[in-house]
Amino acid sequence: MTDNDILVEVRDLKVHFPIKRGVLFDRTIGHVKAVDGVDLRIPRGQTYGLVGESGCGKSTLGRALLQLTAPTGGEVVFDGVELTTLPPARLRAMRRRMQMIFQDPMSSLDPRQNVESILTEGLQTHGIGGNRDERRALIGEALDKVGLPRWALSRYPHEFSGGQRQRIGIARAVVLGPELIVADEPVSALDVSIQAQVVNLLDELQESLGLTYLVIAHDLAVVRHISDTVGVMYLGALVEEAPSDRLYTEPLHPYTRALMSAVPVPDPDVEDRRERILLAGDLPSPANPPAGCRFHTRCPWAQPTRCADERPVLRDIGGSRVACHWAERIASEELRPNHAGAGVTRASDGGEAPESVPIPAPTVKADSTDG
Amino acid sequence: MTITGKKERLDRLAELVNRDDERGVSLWQEAFRRLRRNPAAIIGAVILTVFVLVALIGPFFVPYEPKDTIGIREGVVKSGQGIIPGASAEHWFGYDHQGRDVFSRMIVGARQTLLVGVVATLIGLAVGALIGGVAGAAAGLGGRWGRAVDNVLMRIIDMMLALPSLLLAVSIAALLGASLSTVMIAVGMVSVPVFARLLRVSMIAQANSDYVLAATSLGVRKPKIALTHIVPNSLAPVIVQATLTLATAIIEAAALSFLGLGNPDTAQPEWGVMLADAQPYLGIRPALAIFPAVAIIITALGFTLLGEAMREALDPKLRK
Amino acid sequence: MALLDVNDLSVTFARRGQRTVHAVDGVSFSVDAGEVVGLVGESGCGKSVTSMAIMGLLPRRPGTRIGGTAVFDGTDLLGLDDRARRDIRGRDVAMIFQDPLSSLNPVIPIGLQVTEVLARHRGMTGDTARKEAVGLLDRVGIPDPNRRLKEYPHQLSGGMRQRALIAMAVACRPRLLIADEPTTALDVTIQAQILELLKELVQESGTALVMITHDLGVVAGMCDSINVLYAGRVVETARRRPLFRTPRHPYTAGLLGSVPRLDSGRGEPLNPIPGSVRDVLSWPEGCAFAPRCSRRLDACLDETPPLVRTHDGRSYRCVDPVPLPGVVPAQAGQPGTPSPERNEEETRD
Repeated sequence: MTDNDILVEVRDLKVHFPIKRGVLFDRTIGHVKAVDGVDLRIPRGQTYGLVGESGCGKSTLGRALLQLTAPTGGEVVFDGVELTTLPPARLRAMRRRMQMIFQDPMSSLDPRQNVESILTEGLQTHGIGGNRDERRALIGEALDKVGLPRWALSRYPHEFSGGQRQRIGIARAVVLGPELIVADEPVSALDVSIQAQVVNLLDELQESLGLTYLVIAHDLAVVRHISDTVGVMYLGALVEEAPSDRLYTEPLHPYTRALMSAVPVPDPDVEDRRERILLAGDLPSPANPPAGCRFHTRCPWAQPTRCADERPVLRDIGGSRVACHWAERIASEELRPNHAGAGVTRASDGGEAPESVPIPAPTVKADSTDG
Repeated sequence: MTITGKKERLDRLAELVNRDDERGVSLWQEAFRRLRRNPAAIIGAVILTVFVLVALIGPFFVPYEPKDTIGIREGVVKSGQGIIPGASAEHWFGYDHQGRDVFSRMIVGARQTLLVGVVATLIGLAVGALIGGVAGAAAGLGGRWGRAVDNVLMRIIDMMLALPSLLLAVSIAALLGASLSTVMIAVGMVSVPVFARLLRVSMIAQANSDYVLAATSLGVRKPKIALTHIVPNSLAPVIVQATLTLATAIIEAAALSFLGLGNPDTAQPEWGVMLADAQPYLGIRPALAIFPAVAIIITALGFTLLGEAMREALDPKLRK
Repeated sequence: MALLDVNDLSVTFARRGQRTVHAVDGVSFSVDAGEVVGLVGESGCGKSVTSMAIMGLLPRRPGTRIGGTAVFDGTDLLGLDDRARRDIRGRDVAMIFQDPLSSLNPVIPIGLQVTEVLARHRGMTGDTARKEAVGLLDRVGIPDPNRRLKEYPHQLSGGMRQRALIAMAVACRPRLLIADEPTTALDVTIQAQILELLKELVQESGTALVMITHDLGVVAGMCDSINVLYAGRVVETARRRPLFRTPRHPYTAGLLGSVPRLDSGRGEPLNPIPGSVRDVLSWPEGCAFAPRCSRRLDACLDETPPLVRTHDGRSYRCVDPVPLPGVVPAQAGQPGTPSPERNEEETRD
């Protein structure tokens, strides 16, 4: 793949938020390392899916990529232009080419603007469309693209259903003719029957407009459906990145495996047969991440050496990039899950009632809370 | 079910997809519709309409010149001897202690009261909204320097808040000397911290909302975001507060006049002054105090009813 | 006789100047001991109102009317007075909510909240109650329960809070547990832990569980029998496998077709259900799903479809259900285009 095909390249991106305390003067007492050294590349016209649980930093990464949150370190190169050092005026001009779709379609639309005004704002900002009629024509096209009727123009966001609101949000992004769209949980606030409408719409728009997507979501099924490449994040860092199909057929990182095994599938046969890797405890605090591999406190395959003191880097293993010291030996089943940090539940085949194998409660650090 | 019934239903189904003849209803319009359905709002609005009408056109139709000491001239009022005649066919509310027609004074006083209330509230609103707006925009969008600006402005507001409101008004009045504009400024300044804090908090909340982030990602400049998105969405509580402040402003203005810090031209009728003047004659003619007192209470009630109804109508949580 | 028998439950909210809302309209289902029954549907389908009505938790307002019966072990829960209902609630019937933070008292330590339940319903006090509470917290997988007893809800993570809430719910060994979206606010790995815990509780203590959720995946792994709700009505009831293998109601089929699956490929377009639940609001009579249904017939617009019970214990409300695979439907109409000539045959149902 040549560099021309890469639309976005993120290098060692870091976003640290200071934790401030103090009576009179704020004193920085530590940092929440929301994103702590992420590298990724998104080829033009493709979809990169970013999954992870709440607090893993995936949304912060999306915002930092668009320079909506100032990165603490690292670079974001968009079509050859380094964004983190760009002067504000040039960055604003650049924003036409990279747009965002938000999770909550209600809160991301100004309740006092009607749809026409919402869609005009970006056009005016970037001086697209010389006069009102030209802009109206562009807006009309955008409405057609997202499947909203023309009468929507004079309406206000609260007069629409959730799915329609999300379409307004999508129209606001595509009306500018962007190349990249960062979609942060684009369907998770919608009802199940509506999610599919929006997922299909995103697919259609990519096809017809040649869009590049960064889709951020916690729902692995949605991400798998929509993405070409999927990156899995845990505590501010990528732990695995692989082509979508490969990630699902051959997850290599223990966290990916656990995540995948936890997703409920609407099929009783699959549910009954599946082997569930239950992770012990909760996510450690991103203000004080564990040393070494960040996942080792919850990892069912954690080894006495390396895991606790050496932070694994992403390595190429057969087309996937994995940050695990033992990925190959786990894949070959040479290493078995040790039962210190997890329970593995195996459902008995065919039976209505799965049989559970309870494993003793964890002893190490598993009780660290984020309160 | 008949065939026509079926057809109707199919038409309704078509309607569901085809609603282009209706225009959109903005949040303001929707709030106004809710307001119209609220009986408290109607009562408040009726009271205030009567009050404003009386204040605006009443003075042109008063039966007597309000400063004319007609009762003393005609010798019917001898307040020194405790003779102040009550209501009669010619003087509906009777005379006051200087022999002036109370009904005429009440009506002309309505205009004074309204003027003081409205101007004082506008002063408070203007100054408060300016400070609060700058602080809110600075804190919400301005980064590190913005937070510093916000800090300075808010400490000033804190100092204003630390003084009891009437004491603040009295000090301002004492400083500037008693006059009508002093009353307006004093009463207005008292409400400045309330407006400033309200607008600031509301703006900071809006500045952290997703639609502001969305506008930023469109490339809209920060000042424009503040004016077109943040301010309009922060106004609702300020408008409600302004309505409620009108009520307290009228009462506070009356209190200042009562304390003798109001208009030095005491012959000019004003409800607060009338109340103060009536004090020595409470034993002889309590009605002299009751008329302005009741008028003040009813007017304040009108503003409060309307303000509370507006708070309900504008509350996004109650919207359905 | 089932442990809980809900029959023809209906809840209407009437508000002055507004249309009366039929939040729940003739819902019937039953739950046996040791059984997991699912109430599935999207927002506004009435699944939560159903559970609140059974628990007597709906706010008492003049316009709220509850009809039907909910017989638990011989007593109609809907007919009880406040006192009797409070006694049953917590002791025999317990509930778990979606948001554990708002269902726990923020100013009282977890331990005290658990021992309070024990004191109230099981008369335990002092050390006995404390020991039992430690046992319960341990039972629901809260590490270091002795220390946790003294902590406040805000000091726990979301998953731990939900565990604490479950500990409180099972403190009195209730015979019926109603879980309203118990894992919706949680991450998938934590969700898996909580679902596993609920399964264990059901298996070990024979508690009946009513699982209210919008997640078909959760239902597929948990429930023995499933009720699909749409716009306040149960549109389909079936055991787990038949429901997922051969959904009969077009809404159930539509839901299953519209969910992306972890084990399906990239790029295959999904089959969404057109329109949105909102369209139902202007649809007082007939089948509420009709405006969005691809199998809609004229008959669907006229009257509420009757409940059809089939020999295998399933039931659905649809005059033209999705045919079973391998069965050629008697009248092979074109789905999606309401054909007038079919009216005569269809309306007789």
